[in-house]
Amino acid sequence: MRLRSGVFASSCLLMEALGVALFLRGFFPVPIRSLSRREVRGDPPAEPAPSGPGMVSNWTKIPPPLFKKVVIVLIDALRDDFVFGSKGKQFMPYTAQAVEKGTSYSFIAEAKPPTVTMPRIKALMTGSIPGFIDVIMNLNSPALLDDNLIWQAKTSGKRIIFYGDDTWVKLFPKYFVEYDGTTSFFVSDFTEVDNNVTRHLDRVLKREDWDLLILHYLGLDHIGHMTGPNSPLVGPKLNEMDNILKKIHTSLISKEEASLPNLLVVCGDHGMSETGSHGGSSEGEVRTPLLFISSAFEKRSASTLAVCLGLPIPRNSVGKLIWPVVGGKTMREQLRFVHLNGFQLSRLLQENTPVYEKESDPGYEHFKIAEKSHGNWIKLYLEGNNSEILLNFGKKILKQYLEALKTLSSSLSKQVAQYDVYSMLVGAVIIMEVLLLLLLSIPKALSSRAEFEVPLSPPLFSLLFYLICLVLCAVHVIVCTSAESLCYFCSLSWLTAVGVIMLISVLMCGILSTIARVFENSRLPLKNPVVSSSNWSEIDLLIVTGTLVHVLSLGASSFIEEEHQTWYFLINTLCLVLCQELCRNNFLLKEWDPQHSTAVKRNFDRIGEVSECKNIDMLGTRNSKLGKTTSSAEFIKDSDKWISLASPWIILICCRLLRSLNQTGVQWAHRPDFGHWLTSSEHKSELSFLAAVSLLMVFFLVQRRCSLVSKIAMALGLLGVYSYRAAIGNVIFPWQHDSQDISKNLKNVCNYKEKCAGIIQHICTSVQLYKTIMTKYIWRPLNCDATQITIMHYWFGQAFFYFQGNSNGLATVDVTAGFVGLESYLEIPAVFLTAFATYAGPLLWAIHLLCYLSSEDSRNSVAVSHGSFCYALMRSIPVAIYIVLVTGLRYHLFIWSVFSPKLLYEGVHVFITTAICLFFTAMDQNHSHKVQD
Amino acid sequence: MKEAEIRRLLAANLLCVFTVILTVVVPPFFWDGFTVLGTHLAWLCVCSVCVSTLNIILHLVLKPNLSPKRISFAHKISRFLKCCVYFFMSCILFHAIIVLYGAPLIESVTETFLFAVLLSTFTTLQCLCMLGPNLQAWIRVFSKNGATSIWESSLQITTICSIFGAWFGAFPIPLDWDQPWQVWPISCSLGATFGYVAGLIIAPLWIHWNRKQLTYKSR
Ligand SMILES: [Zn+2]
Ligand SMILES: [Zn+2]
Repeated sequence: MRLRSGVFASSCLLMEALGVALFLRGFFPVPIRSLSRREVRGDPPAEPAPSGPGMVSNWTKIPPPLFKKVVIVLIDALRDDFVFGSKGKQFMPYTAQAVEKGTSYSFIAEAKPPTVTMPRIKALMTGSIPGFIDVIMNLNSPALLDDNLIWQAKTSGKRIIFYGDDTWVKLFPKYFVEYDGTTSFFVSDFTEVDNNVTRHLDRVLKREDWDLLILHYLGLDHIGHMTGPNSPLVGPKLNEMDNILKKIHTSLISKEEASLPNLLVVCGDHGMSETGSHGGSSEGEVRTPLLFISSAFEKRSASTLAVCLGLPIPRNSVGKLIWPVVGGKTMREQLRFVHLNGFQLSRLLQENTPVYEKESDPGYEHFKIAEKSHGNWIKLYLEGNNSEILLNFGKKILKQYLEALKTLSSSLSKQVAQYDVYSMLVGAVIIMEVLLLLLLSIPKALSSRAEFEVPLSPPLFSLLFYLICLVLCAVHVIVCTSAESLCYFCSLSWLTAVGVIMLISVLMCGILSTIARVFENSRLPLKNPVVSSSNWSEIDLLIVTGTLVHVLSLGASSFIEEEHQTWYFLINTLCLVLCQELCRNNFLLKEWDPQHSTAVKRNFDRIGEVSECKNIDMLGTRNSKLGKTTSSAEFIKDSDKWISLASPWIILICCRLLRSLNQTGVQWAHRPDFGHWLTSSEHKSELSFLAAVSLLMVFFLVQRRCSLVSKIAMALGLLGVYSYRAAIGNVIFPWQHDSQDISKNLKNVCNYKEKCAGIIQHICTSVQLYKTIMTKYIWRPLNCDATQITIMHYWFGQAFFYFQGNSNGLATVDVTAGFVGLESYLEIPAVFLTAFATYAGPLLWAIHLLCYLSSEDSRNSVAVSHGSFCYALMRSIPVAIYIVLVTGLRYHLFIWSVFSPKLLYEGVHVFITTAICLFFTAMDQNHSHKVQD
Repeated sequence: MKEAEIRRLLAANLLCVFTVILTVVVPPFFWDGFTVLGTHLAWLCVCSVCVSTLNIILHLVLKPNLSPKRISFAHKISRFLKCCVYFFMSCILFHAIIVLYGAPLIESVTETFLFAVLLSTFTTLQCLCMLGPNLQAWIRVFSKNGATSIWESSLQITTICSIFGAWFGAFPIPLDWDQPWQVWPISCSLGATFGYVAGLIIAPLWIHWNRKQLTYKSR
């Protein structure tokens, strides 16, 4: 069967996407959990019995609650320095006073990444560490089925009232006797979300018919997302929160009875980074305050909360008691609490570790020892011994228990990283095979015909194929029947599994046959000139080293965090190498040898083209540097030279400007950048001006080639873009100062539908725009290598991904882009829009590449094929290597904070590249049909 | 002839290497607290000054590009001034390139500029000594098979090595090791220096190994 290399590349990418999907499914662990809570749970353990004969305690009940009523105030994105820092003193005087006066216990809680609201709520309520995959589910939250605090409270007859983020209502349906969920849909809403919570407060605080009140305030998070932690809006919001806390606390104190005090818990689900977003693992994001305020204190928390409420500790909690909260009780009660906590932890550990490790875990051993001495202590206690010795002995046991709890908790946290190695392996094998196949077929695929024979049915290999298939099936059966752990690949239906196995064997046979053919070919024409490095140009060398350097850099966590630096570095070097080549061609070869003038021209064209698309993309990022090298068509011969020499420098300067637009990464993320300067409220007019100018530029650049109808459509579309931005308050309308009425009217006019239309039009027009401009400017005959052009485009696309402000952390994904023009959460469009917004840079460059390659299609009919093959190869190499690296580093300290987000990005990028490649091939096929007709 | 020439080149280059080593070893005797990492800017100055003086002296003594004509004094002066301007321009150009590569624009201008001066000393100054302020010749030398003498080959190699050293020197900057040499521009200038030294050592050896293949076209 004959295949064009474009078709071949896209089918390879499809298989690779399958492999990546399998790998991702295996890599992201199934969160650690005990048996489902639906099962009848055993009674709480009794106090440990002494080893020898003696009196046995019959205290099997859960200890009584420490507090009568508990109010939990969860302030979204409350950073620790908002309460304990200077901001707290200034804006939260009441809370700061409570901290100082000693009527409260305050802690700094370290949230485990991903620091996104829904996983954090889950973590707070179940005490388990959220699975990484929860981030993806953050947008639509299915009901939480694990054992959790709310469920425990509900089943023990507590009445819970909830006001706040409706994620809770989705997570805990039907648990609240009364609730009012507010949606966090409009991030630009700072007041309404909180007023919706506060308006119930007065009424509820007067009532007596509840035991647990949960309030979740979202306003601070929204302010953080829109304006960052240092915005002037934060202060008043903190003040508002402080007043609310004061109100609740005074009301709680006034209703307190002598027997049981009330408790007010203040916490944040996560912090916010220096840019105001969250999701990653920077210090600002993980550190949140945790305050227990109660008059009972004259002097983590699921476990602590459970004890406070007199509930059993949730089964999957890996946390340990926050000790000082339960201090001040009698020794027997204290020991009882820690014993319960330790028992629960050790049971969880036992359920999640293989048999042979169970007894050897140091935490478990500690716990057993402490339990034994606890039993002896109980014996002494029940015998009526009440001396000083008993107290000291008790203290010693307490210490032992706390030690054991610490080790248990940490070893459980480690245990969370459970990998489904079999699925990972299958995925990795597919990816590696695809990479090998692509690498082996480079010479054929990049030949002038861009076609090759795919050997589908040579008899020898068919035998081999059946053999491999059989062996793999046998392995599959053995693995799936023997493994105790849950394995995704085994849970697939056997038809799918066999399909995947056959795919692997087919790929294997393909690789073997290609290798065989390569050997044959190399044996026959021995005098085949070996490609030596001497006839590589500098650009080829740079491309190869650059790819290698980038791939190798993925092994270090800091290089992943700062990957943008790698790309900027490579892009700059590329520009300089181009410049050097140009210099040489212009100044040297022209004089020596007139033949080379074509080479000069070719190089000039390439440069001109790169600079053009650079300028166009600048517009996309609202930077109007256009006009410097507008139309390169009407240059006089002499100015040709100088402009071609200047263009790499112009590109370099543009790159530098774009780079300062968004500081991304981790180490230098706090540096001030131009983007923040623009989006801050004082510089609204500058931003509006820039936006308007760039949109106008877009219009004028494109309109020359368009018909009247499309001109009008485009003008409307661009106007829609601007009015959308104005409606959500990013930019201003010039006449907004004149009267508020007009702007209000405009806001009404720009309702969601118009927004939707505007945005869709924006997408369409921008795509159209790029196409038209590319086809317009790239008209010259170029005899440059399609592969080089493709790889350069890929590099620029990668750099633009970071120019946009993206990074390899989850915090920079702009989820709000997913809600543009939507009235409620729709999964598919939201995911699509978010992906589009995130990968706009690489996508636009890919589209430009396609236009460029197909425009010279008449000359070189295989350019698109070459291009898509290269594109596939460029994507496969880093993915394959990265997957190997990640597998090797899966017990690395930073696996969840650095490597996993990057893996997600790589995976999504593979899917997007697959789509691009399919699109390329489809276009190519269309074109060749046309040519044939 | 050729062997003798190579030996002279080797001697000159070893002298340069020796100077670079001296700039590290000697100043602490006169200057309390002088270290390459601690007082990096001072070292940058010392190193550039020493290397450039040595290069100029070597050029005057060895005269590798034999200019047959006698040049008038005024011409010499103008040549010298031109060289100075070119050197300064190259410093500015290197500074601009470094900023384009992502060095901060406003903060630490001194560091960036001194690094640019060091790079210019390693590259431009040599070119100026060897080729004079003649851009055509520069472009010829730095294109493929453009060298016409072993001195020019050596120039090619050292220049490329210094620039590659500086290029590779930027790699450790993003790593979070918190090492004293990761501070801007220490790793880059150290990289450039190592590249320069390596180039100086490699050049004569490479020319020696390839002396059969190297056939220089006479101008
Ligand atoms: Zn949140
Ligand atoms: Zn948020």
